[in-house]
Amino acid sequence: MLSIRNLHVSIKGKEILKGINLEVNPGEVHAIMGPNGTGKSTLAYVISGRDGYDVTDGEIIFKGKNILDLSAEERACEGLFLGFQYPVEIPGVSITNFLRTAINEQRKYKGLDPVPAPEFLARMEEKKQLLELQDKLASRSVNEGFSGGEKKKNEIFQMAMLEPSLAILDETDSGLDIDALRIVATGVNKLRRPDNSTVVITHYQRLLEYIVPDVVHVLFDGRIVKSGGKELALLLEEKGYEWIRSES
Amino acid sequence: MEAGIIETTYDLKAYLEGVFVARRQEIGLNDTAFVAQKRAEAFELFSRIGFPHAALEKWRGTDLSRALNHEFQALPEQPAADIDIDKIFKCDVPHFETLLVSQLNGWYADRINLLQVYPNGMIIGSLAAALSKYPKLVNAHYGKYADDKTDGLTALNTAMAQDGIFIYIPDNVTVEQNIQTVNITDFKQNLFLNTRNLVILGENSHLRLVQCDDSINHDVTFINSVTEVKIGRNSTLDHYKMQNKDDHTTLINSMFFHQDEGSSLSTNAISLNGGLIRNLSHVTMSGPHSNAEVYGLYLMDRYQHVDNQVFINHAAPECESRELFKGVLDDHASGVFNGHIKVHRDAQKTNAFQTNKNILLSDKASIDAKPFLEIYADDVKCSHGATIGQLDPEALFYIRSRGISEANAKILLMYAFAADVINKISIPELRQRMDDMVKKRLRGELSQCEQCVLNCSTHEHQKMDFKIDISKI
Repeated sequence: MLSIRNLHVSIKGKEILKGINLEVNPGEVHAIMGPNGTGKSTLAYVISGRDGYDVTDGEIIFKGKNILDLSAEERACEGLFLGFQYPVEIPGVSITNFLRTAINEQRKYKGLDPVPAPEFLARMEEKKQLLELQDKLASRSVNEGFSGGEKKKNEIFQMAMLEPSLAILDETDSGLDIDALRIVATGVNKLRRPDNSTVVITHYQRLLEYIVPDVVHVLFDGRIVKSGGKELALLLEEKGYEWIRSES
Repeated sequence: MEAGIIETTYDLKAYLEGVFVARRQEIGLNDTAFVAQKRAEAFELFSRIGFPHAALEKWRGTDLSRALNHEFQALPEQPAADIDIDKIFKCDVPHFETLLVSQLNGWYADRINLLQVYPNGMIIGSLAAALSKYPKLVNAHYGKYADDKTDGLTALNTAMAQDGIFIYIPDNVTVEQNIQTVNITDFKQNLFLNTRNLVILGENSHLRLVQCDDSINHDVTFINSVTEVKIGRNSTLDHYKMQNKDDHTTLINSMFFHQDEGSSLSTNAISLNGGLIRNLSHVTMSGPHSNAEVYGLYLMDRYQHVDNQVFINHAAPECESRELFKGVLDDHASGVFNGHIKVHRDAQKTNAFQTNKNILLSDKASIDAKPFLEIYADDVKCSHGATIGQLDPEALFYIRSRGISEANAKILLMYAFAADVINKISIPELRQRMDDMVKKRLRGELSQCEQCVLNCSTHEHQKMDFKIDISKI
C-alpha cells in the first residue's frame, strides 16, 4: 500500500525528517507515536502533498506509484486521505456541497461521471448512521462553529464518504473527551477493510485502547527509532519518551 | 486630476442648469409649494457647489470626471400610456413572488394607473402623482432625510427629479408579498437621469423591498437616484439592492433611512457589475432601541469602480448597528469603503460594529477602506476592522487534500468569502438566486444580461467577458 524509503525532508533548509522508512500493507493499522516536534505532522503533510516541504532524498510509493510529483489533489484522487489535526473552517460551504464536489472531482480523475444525487444522498445517510452522527450536520458549513470533537467527527465522516485506500489521521485524538474519542475510534474500526489501511499519528497511548494497531512506530528526531507490536505503545506509556531518548 | 476640479470637455453643469431654468414649469408640474421651495433651494445649492469632486473627504477615491464627460440628455419623455412593461422586463428569479413596481427612464411605468391603493391601505405608484393626491403625506417626509447640504448630486436630484416610486405602508400592516422595484433605462441617447423615490412605513408595519437596477440600452447612462425611507415606530424594513449594470453605466444610489424608536432596518447592496457604482446608506436612528444592519458585497473587475459610503447616525440611546462589507477586486478595478459611525452625546449604550474585508487579485486593483468612528457618548461599544488580503493557504490545502482542484478550491473559498453577506439575505428564493449569480460571477459565466430577460433585440448584444481571474491568487 505505502512504502516510504529513506525519506529526507527539509523546511527552509532545516532537516526535519532524516531518513524515514515505513512499509504499510493493505488491511493494516499503523500507529506513529513520538514526542512533540519530532516530525510526525511533517510526515503526514509530506505524504499528503502539502507545499513548502523540500524532499531532499528518498521516495514515497503509494499503490505502486511514486507520488512525490503529484499535487495534493491528485494524491487524494489516488486514494489518500489526511485527517487534520486542526480542521479548517469554511463558512458558507455546506458539508454536503463540499463532499459532493470532492467525490465528483475524484470520480472525474478516474474518468467516471458525477455521482447521481440519490446515490450520493443515500451514501451520506448510510455513513451518518454508521458513525452515529446528528442529522443536521450535513447542512452545516464545513467545520464552522464546530466544537473540537465535532470537527474530528467530521473528519472521520469525510473519510467514510471518500473511502480512501489509505487514511492518515494526524493527532485525531487531540482535544477530544472520552465520548468523542470513542465515536471517532469506533468510526475508524467500522471503516476498516482488508483492502484499506490506516496510519494513526498520536502523542498518547490512549487512542490505541480503542484503535488497536498492528504495528507501532516511534518517531524521534526525524527517524523511526523503534517499531513493534501494540505492546510497544504500552511500554512507551509506562516508561515515557525519556526511555526512547536514552535508548537512541 | 487636481484636487477640487472636475475636468470635463462638456460643461454638463451648465447644460443641466440651462435645462432646469428653461423647463422649470414642466419639471415641477405637480409640486406642492413645499416641494417647489425645496427644488429652488436645491438648485441654488447645486449651482453653487456643483458636482462632487475628489477634494471632498467623502469623494476621495471616486473621481466622476470621466463619468460626467459626455453629452447627456436629461428629462426623458414620459413613457407612452400603452407601454407594456412585461414585454420589456421580466424578472426570471425562479419562484420569486413579487409585487413588481416598474420605472422606465425614471418615470413610474404604469401611466394609466398612477397610484394603486390596496385593500390593506398600502399605496404604491408615481411620486409625482402622490404629490398631487397626497400632498400632506409627501410634504411630511420629502426632502427631510436627504438634506445633505454638502452633496451636490443629492441637491441636483432634488432640483430636477420629475418622478419616481412612492410607497406608503400604513400602521399595523405586514406586507406579505415582496415588493420589487425595477429601474429600467431605455433611451436612444446618452441619458442623465435623476430619479427620486419615497418610502413611508407607518408604525408596527413590515416590508420587504428589493430594488433592481437594469439597463436596456448600452449607451452611456448616468443614474442619480435618491431614495428617502421613513421607518416608523416598531416597524421593520428588509431592503436589498441588486446591481448588475454594464460598463457604460454610472449608478449613484443614495439611500436615506430615518428610523423611529424600536424600528429595524436591514439593507444589503450586492454589486456584481457596473462601470461606476456608488452606494450611499445614510441611516439616522432617531429613537431608542432601533437596530440597523447594513451589508454589502461587491465583485468588480476590469476598470469597474465601486464606492460604498455608510453613515450611521446614532442620535438616540440603546440602538445597535452592524455593518459588514466584503469585496473582491480584480484587474484594474478599484473600490472605496467609507464607514462613518457617529454616536451623539445622548446616545448612551450604543452598540456599533463595522467590518470591511477585501481580496485583491491583481496588483493594479485597489481598495481604499476608511473606517471613521466619531463618538461623543461615553458608555458605548464600538468596533471597526478593515482587512485587505489573500486566500488562506491552510484552507486551500485542506480543500485540495480532499481531491478538489486548486482552481475549484479557490472558487470555493472566494464563494465562502462572499457567502457571509449572501447568507444575510432573508428571502430564500432571492438568497438562492444571488448565490447562483455569485458563483457564476466567480466562474466568469455571468453577463450583465443575466439578471433579467430584457428585450435586447433592438440593440446590438454586446458580448462581455466578466471574469474574476481566480488563477491570479
